[in-house]
Amino acid sequence: MRALLGIVRRDLLLAIRQGSDSVAILFFFVVAATLFPFGVGPEPNVLARIAAGIVWVTALLAAMLSLDRLFQADYEDGSLEALALAPTPLGLTVLAKGLAHWLTTGLPLIAASPVLAVMLNMEAAGLGLLVAAMALGTPSLSLIGAIGAALTLGARRGGVLISLLVLPLYIPVLIFGVGAVDAALTGLSPRPHLMILGALLLLSLALAPVAAAAALRQALE
Amino acid sequence: MHRFANPSRFLRLGQAVLPWSAGLTVLLLAIGVPWALLVAPPDYQQGESVRIMYVHVPAAWMAMFVYTTVAAASASALIWRHPLGDLIARAASPVGAWFTVLTLVTGSLWGKPMWGAWWVWDARLTSVLVLLFLYLGHIALANAFEDAGRGEKAAAVLALVGFVNVPIIKWSVDWWNTLHQPASVARLGGPSIHPAMLWPLLVMGLAFTAFFVTLLLMRVRSEFLGRKLRALRLTQAAQGMAEAPAGAEVS
Amino acid sequence: MGEFLAMGGYGAFVWPSYALAAAVLAGLWLSSRWTLKAREAELARLEGEGASRRTRPRAEGQGS
Repeated sequence: MRALLGIVRRDLLLAIRQGSDSVAILFFFVVAATLFPFGVGPEPNVLARIAAGIVWVTALLAAMLSLDRLFQADYEDGSLEALALAPTPLGLTVLAKGLAHWLTTGLPLIAASPVLAVMLNMEAAGLGLLVAAMALGTPSLSLIGAIGAALTLGARRGGVLISLLVLPLYIPVLIFGVGAVDAALTGLSPRPHLMILGALLLLSLALAPVAAAAALRQALE
Repeated sequence: MHRFANPSRFLRLGQAVLPWSAGLTVLLLAIGVPWALLVAPPDYQQGESVRIMYVHVPAAWMAMFVYTTVAAASASALIWRHPLGDLIARAASPVGAWFTVLTLVTGSLWGKPMWGAWWVWDARLTSVLVLLFLYLGHIALANAFEDAGRGEKAAAVLALVGFVNVPIIKWSVDWWNTLHQPASVARLGGPSIHPAMLWPLLVMGLAFTAFFVTLLLMRVRSEFLGRKLRALRLTQAAQGMAEAPAGAEVS
Repeated sequence: MGEFLAMGGYGAFVWPSYALAAAVLAGLWLSSRWTLKAREAELARLEGEGASRRTRPRAEGQGS
């Protein structure tokens, strides 16, 4: 547990020292979402109808931006090898890395999402649920992303490749993330959607460390 | 050398099976295609367009069957470090991707007269599209590394992750589709299918399976030779470098 | 014959489906075969070359 927190703290400190990453991702999130009104027109009803979708899709894309660097620096300077040899199971290390990634990208995205949703004319009833759904969904994005990052370690064109691997796996999170907000807006219960998002999170918590650790071991071989 | 013992036994067996499976493919196609085009009855609702089913449905079966094969081969490669698993996964994946493309395009050609649109975001079509993305990711990852072995291992992990995710994705897409079901979409096929249509469909399905087996035997052999070629080139290059100074010493 | 080709008005959809299926199957078969033949030939060439040039027994080079 302490080792886990140690890795999280180290990654956070690195992120803070290098700065800009979280800010850049947030900036991308806002700019990309801003493109949609230009694409579909400023009609408030149209925007309100697709607001949840816009926020979620741009969040998926934004969450992917920094994935290729999740293990890259540690891989290059050899500290990944040290982490693999350490008594802490490699899966736990992956979990810590995923948590750090979520704190630096998922959290800012959650914070910014209601602002964007308001700008896109989403009704007030959907805002709270959007935040709740994002809070349940974005950790899964970081965990699934960790698998992609581990698999493409040392690959040619790793960054583009990650998106090809990870985006199809993001589809369930997207479907139920948008579904929760849409349910609330149409007066249905969002509970099933949120519970499924929770189930997806539990599943990625169980599977992502195993898969990513296996991929990391191969990269280190 | 024992590492290759199993593949070479497989390859020898494959060489023996290959003419038979190739012959079976030709035979089944020679029965199935005329049956599907000439003998099978037109559908009472869809008319003659139902004949597209006899290539579309077997292609869809193969798209899923090949992915299962890739996942099983990947599991054997990861768990038992079976060298044959990597070869099979690498050989099968592009074939599966092409079957998926065939499924999508024939589905589109069937959908146009039935639904009035080339593409609808129907649950089944969308799931197959995602399956194609999974295939493409698998192929891209397997070829993304300087070291072919590393690519194969990474692709094996991805294949298993994808295999776990396929039912989840399929199920979410079904859910998504029932929420957003466009009213105009008519279901293709039905729960029950008349035997006069089922038999040619089964023959075509078997023909596609035999074709895949034939192709797989050829391609696994091809992958094996490719690996051997790379090793041979490496040792020759190493020898070329080693020989020059050694020769200088002797003279 | 013309009636058969028309496929009850669906000829424009049925025939491209079968043509594409034939193209995909034939393309896969041919490309797999070409790759296999090319590799077999290349391997035979390399091994022949290696055997004639090398004085050491061949088994040594195959361990990897």
